Amino acid sequence: MSGTYLGMPAFPVAAATATADGRLRANLTHATRTIRGKRAAAVAELPDWAALRAAGAAVKDRTLRHLDTYLTQAEEAVTAAGGTVHWAADAREANRIVTRLVRETGEREVVKVKSMATQEIGLNAALAGAGIRAYETDLAELIVQLGDDLPSHILVPAIHRNRGEIRDIFAERMADWGRPAPEGLSDRPAELAEAARLHLREKFLTAKVGISGANFLVAETGTLVVVESEGNGRMCLTLPETLISVVGIEKVVPTWRDLEVYLQLLPRSSTAERMNPYTSMWTGPGESDGPRAFHLVLLDNGRTDTLADTVGRQALRCIRCSACLNVCPVYERAGGHAYGSAYPGPIGAILTPQLRGTASEVDASLPYASSLCGACYEVCPVAIDIPEVLVHLRERVVQGGPASVGGQRVRLKPARGHAAERAAMRAARWALDRPGVLRAGQRLAARTRRLHPDRLPGPGRAWTDTRAVPEVPAESFRDWWQRTGGGREAGA
Amino acid sequence: MRVALFVTCVNDTLYPRTGQAVVSLLRRLGVEVEFPQAQSCCGQPQFNTGYRWETEPLVRRFAAAFEGFDHIVTPSGSCAAMVRDNYPRIGAKAAAEGRGEELARAADAVVPRTLELSEFLVDVLGVTDVGAYYPHRVTYHPTCHGLRMLGLGDRPRRLLEAVAGLDLVELPGAEECCGFGGTFAVKNAAVSAAMGADKARHVEGTGAGAVCTVDNSCLMHIGGTLSRLGSRVRPVHLAEILASTREEQW
Repeated sequence: MSGTYLGMPAFPVAAATATADGRLRANLTHATRTIRGKRAAAVAELPDWAALRAAGAAVKDRTLRHLDTYLTQAEEAVTAAGGTVHWAADAREANRIVTRLVRETGEREVVKVKSMATQEIGLNAALAGAGIRAYETDLAELIVQLGDDLPSHILVPAIHRNRGEIRDIFAERMADWGRPAPEGLSDRPAELAEAARLHLREKFLTAKVGISGANFLVAETGTLVVVESEGNGRMCLTLPETLISVVGIEKVVPTWRDLEVYLQLLPRSSTAERMNPYTSMWTGPGESDGPRAFHLVLLDNGRTDTLADTVGRQALRCIRCSACLNVCPVYERAGGHAYGSAYPGPIGAILTPQLRGTASEVDASLPYASSLCGACYEVCPVAIDIPEVLVHLRERVVQGGPASVGGQRVRLKPARGHAAERAAMRAARWALDRPGVLRAGQRLAARTRRLHPDRLPGPGRAWTDTRAVPEVPAESFRDWWQRTGGGREAGA
Repeated sequence: MRVALFVTCVNDTLYPRTGQAVVSLLRRLGVEVEFPQAQSCCGQPQFNTGYRWETEPLVRRFAAAFEGFDHIVTPSGSCAAMVRDNYPRIGAKAAAEGRGEELARAADAVVPRTLELSEFLVDVLGVTDVGAYYPHRVTYHPTCHGLRMLGLGDRPRRLLEAVAGLDLVELPGAEECCGFGGTFAVKNAAVSAAMGADKARHVEGTGAGAVCTVDNSCLMHIGGTLSRLGSRVRPVHLAEILASTREEQW
């Protein structure tokens, strides 16, 4: 891993490699199963979960329908509170704005709160290109950064690492980024956490600029909300003199009353907690406490295009809880890196191809990174029908059709590389729409059944490498029914 | 009450025994089932792979073939889910594309009448003890579409529990996908095989002699994996267990 998801191979290729990595599989299985069980118990405690879930979906849907209104309201409120609002159409513009803002402070180092939006736009690399060093302060993000690695989970970016690997990363790399790890560091969680605390404390106390995302932006007061477990986020949000928050435009909620719904849905779905340990809220810069300057960068980066799609827009309801990752059997075996994006798992499989388009090989392969088992939809706290969107996006890949790209309505052509599949699907449809042809095919298969090889060539190999093929029966059901008069005559 | 059997293309071609078991079972329960020859495939492989337009003629064919029946019974949770969940979507999208309401009407006409076998038995016939006899230790895998899209709930389990001689054993991780997923099994073969291997290990660990589902496509994947692993556990469709009696074993 080299700090970028760009140019990663298509999902099946990357997933096959991950699936063969025994240690990765063991780490993922252990972690996802543990949190899966805890989440189910935490959710079961609330008798009104179904109603909360419906409310969570409804509030987001209503907000998205009137997004322009609420964003304007939020901008006015943030400005009135003394903050400065910047609008970024895409990743490049957002990175340019943040880089400029940091430069204007004269600083060369920033501390960061864990943020999916800044992962999405590759902010750390952009800052590094401008000679600015960004320090991740979330424990898991720190592990990823020190390991010259990429996050592989929305909530637990280092989920693919176990304790032993983390100890080695700390021991080998902490010195390059600041305070070295203590001598003789063991892999006990308490010792690892203490090493990280000492390392990070120096950054908190010296940094003049903090960069964050936000879980929510309350339109009526212009208040930003960060929900976290460790408290390092709160350090970044309160200690530096300048705070820059990069927030996706879909994060807005109209009122404080709406927050109540999400502050119940989010912790239970993500960390299986009744309430998360730290909920930080800030409205503009403070005079006596917290940062003296506050900048809000509102990020589009494909969100308006996603909103224009009546089926796919439900992905914008996502509150980044990662329950879908933890329950997904595909994620559990393929790992997060195979998705080639900051957003892995089922939500990533529908969000990434909408934010980035389906032109690249990896983006076109993501809608197929699912067996459509539906477990993700079942656990989603805002009821995103992920399987529905997956199939909808598969259609976009192989069949083409209308889409919004860069704010323009276009008609996408089918993706390349599906010609043989398309021909096979058409042939199958042609035969299936003619029961006589279907029957002739069945009879041919039955007559030649003794000749069928145990292992098939071509595309069939993918099946027969690990699975035996079923034996073709001597007679189809259709023929049996006709021969025996529906089973009433001799020979049934 | 006119009842039609939608046998599904997979059962028709590869698992005719399952269709025969449904006929035998329903006849034993006093239901004469008809088999409209015009039926073929629900279109799930095309639709779930993204070829919605290729699915439309099959939706029309399904609606025409089963016109006039009170119930369309199918021994497949995923094909029933295809009709109930996706036919209305296909109809609505065709209408939104300016191609009229005809497909939407055809879809709406079959949706409420299409039932998976265990739904028909429990909800329409009102039986859970179908008088079956199956003296084997069986473990049950609730298929994803049956479980989550159709919401079959405990219907198949209640039917199995009422079978004389049957010893039903819990399957660890029962609600996890087996990894079949239609074209997923080929497009993401490595992940599919890994999921299948885990499912097969769980099945093997129960000590059951047979693994039962409401879908032969999942069984083809689980059974094919078990077979390659050298297991002696047999894949068996729910209909074949329910059709079995002291006189006739399926």
